[in-house]
Amino acid sequence: MAAVEATVEQVKKIDVDQYKYGFETEIESVKAPKGLDEDTVRYISAQKNEPAWMLEWRLDAFQRWKTMTEPTWAKVHHPKIDFQDQYYYSAPKKAAGPKSLDEIDPVILETYKKLGIPLKEQEILAGVQGSRVAVDAVFDSVSVVTTFKEELKKAGVIFCSFSEAVREHPELIRKYLGSVVPQSDNYYAALNSAVFSDGSFVYIPPATRCPMELSTYFRINEKNTGQFERTLIIADRGAYVSYLEGCTAPMRDENQLHAAVVELVALDEAEIKYSTVQNWYPGDKNGRGGIYNFVTKRGDCRGHHSKISWTQVETGSAITWKYPSCILRGDHSRGEFYSIAVSNGYQQVDSGTKMIHLGKNTSSRIISKGIAAGFSQNTYRGLVSAHRKATGARNFTACDSLLIGDKCGAHTVPYIEAKNSSAHFEHEATTSKISEDILFYCRQRGLSQEEAVALVVNGFVRDVLQQLPMEFMAETQKLIGISLEGSVG
Amino acid sequence: MLEIKNLHVKLADEDKAIIKGLTLTVPKGEVHAIMGPNGSGKSTLAYVLAGRADYEVTDGDIIWNGESIIEMEPDERAAKGVFLAFQYPMEIPGVAGLTFLRTATNSVRKKRGQTELTTPEFLKVVKDRASKLNIDFDMLKRPVNVGFSGGEKKRSEILQMAMLEPSLCVLDETDSGLDIDALKVVSDGVNALRSPDRAMLVITHYQRLLNHIVPDKVHVLAEGRIQKTGGKELALELEQSGYAEFQGKAA
Repeated sequence: MAAVEATVEQVKKIDVDQYKYGFETEIESVKAPKGLDEDTVRYISAQKNEPAWMLEWRLDAFQRWKTMTEPTWAKVHHPKIDFQDQYYYSAPKKAAGPKSLDEIDPVILETYKKLGIPLKEQEILAGVQGSRVAVDAVFDSVSVVTTFKEELKKAGVIFCSFSEAVREHPELIRKYLGSVVPQSDNYYAALNSAVFSDGSFVYIPPATRCPMELSTYFRINEKNTGQFERTLIIADRGAYVSYLEGCTAPMRDENQLHAAVVELVALDEAEIKYSTVQNWYPGDKNGRGGIYNFVTKRGDCRGHHSKISWTQVETGSAITWKYPSCILRGDHSRGEFYSIAVSNGYQQVDSGTKMIHLGKNTSSRIISKGIAAGFSQNTYRGLVSAHRKATGARNFTACDSLLIGDKCGAHTVPYIEAKNSSAHFEHEATTSKISEDILFYCRQRGLSQEEAVALVVNGFVRDVLQQLPMEFMAETQKLIGISLEGSVG
Repeated sequence: MLEIKNLHVKLADEDKAIIKGLTLTVPKGEVHAIMGPNGSGKSTLAYVLAGRADYEVTDGDIIWNGESIIEMEPDERAAKGVFLAFQYPMEIPGVAGLTFLRTATNSVRKKRGQTELTTPEFLKVVKDRASKLNIDFDMLKRPVNVGFSGGEKKRSEILQMAMLEPSLCVLDETDSGLDIDALKVVSDGVNALRSPDRAMLVITHYQRLLNHIVPDKVHVLAEGRIQKTGGKELALELEQSGYAEFQGKAA
């Protein structure tokens, strides 16, 4: 299998300490002063030339945030975060309002090249049908460049940076912003609502199939800058969109705070497929550094027969706190959650989903694969609930954990609540240890230890890998191999 | 040539000796059978040859092609041509047989300095060798050994052997779990791989396998050492007399 070989090649090239994407780009940037108060919120809003209603919304969120406290229920441990010791806004100086790639700072383009984002190639390939991907690249806080806009425009699809959407499509933003994740939903969502920097906005008009996969690569670059993206995707009646989000970040000593919010809205008979590959810096082999990833992702199946599907591959971050959820409000709506969470070193993952069945005959499916290695802790935390009126609700959940070595932990915390007698919920969970017998078997057949682990783990997660768009599958297999490098003696 | 010299082996985490001074030579081109009662150290010998970490060699040496292999990792030994057909082949959920075969084949080819097979080349070879072992190509799309019958597992082992082109084949109780028809298919597969460049060590409880894979020599292993060596007729004698005379007399 080519992917396994490629993994091994890459693994050989890097050491645990040498995170592949751990380089820093030197670009002049505009920063808000350190710390967070009302002035910071006003500063961010002013930098973005936002209308008054947007500022009001932010300030409202900020007021609510001040009254809230950090959640402590997750199975993660970290030193207390000093929210006054962070920068809340940073934008590359020269990158304001580019008209084409030529206007982009070459240093940024170079960074993308290192990351393997083929922006230029995509321009060249613009006329090719089939495997096209539009990238809205977020470099720190400002969307630097958006490709394929013209083509999408023809289909009536809006795909732009969040800031642009605030200026160009205020009616949509005002209607949907915070309608899935309210400002006061939780501590980190409130923080994001106050200081969000940028992100992506997608609107698919009725009965439209988005002509290509939409993709955003996020990248945290400026030292000590928490990044607070805000993504809002709306699929109108009968629309379909598949959205890919992939992430890498440079190497750091300080922990970096990241608190994104993603809101999805699917109206009648609409479908949204949201895929994530998250590969932020996980910290070094002694557990120093790494990203704190506190994300709120939620989809609202607002219309009947709508469908939202989350697929995530989480290999990075020192701490992951993330529960992409579905509110199954419309009758006959469907939610899906497919997850691969890999933790190694001293990483801590507390992730899962919530399936809230409100409408009649709603269904959901959860397939979660956790792989823990090194000294890491990997927790699946999920809620499946059926409202009193959600007759005929159905859920199937399968949570499988794989342990590599004897210093790591896997935990499964499912909550199941059925408030009507016709709900039908199934839950399966397994925990297993990667077997020495299987590894020996593979090695007897000529595979190195690394190849054997990568092969076995990729087999373990196969059900979920198959849910990923083709563009991500091969990349993900490699990523899993790299993430587990050095996990077995 | 395989030379096992005064081999002593114990379990890595206890002091229990299992192989106690085993000496054995298998020249290339020959097939030797090892027979013996339960607990005599047969499977241990197979694992030690393949380099399993649960065992510790406390004395003696294993020389393959003039080179000591006891310090080598299992995959290095595989690259040197050592192949073990497992008594109980492992199931690998989610990994298709073809993926596994291709990864393994190209892995050893690379380590041996051979060019890796391209997908069409690989498929051609696999199809050819699988059909000779009565293996339905669709079986190779299923995860490795998952839900396989005993016969399917053993045929799959022999197919792996055919693909990896080893020079030292160790077959551990390959006849266990096989009915007569499957036994014939598997034996034919093994016989097809007999060659002047290849040494084979066939480990078995029962004589019946040796009707199909006719050995050049038969060794009786009991109490951790070779107690008797003879021709293929020794297997028939053992079938009559059993192993009682070899037990309880070793040092």
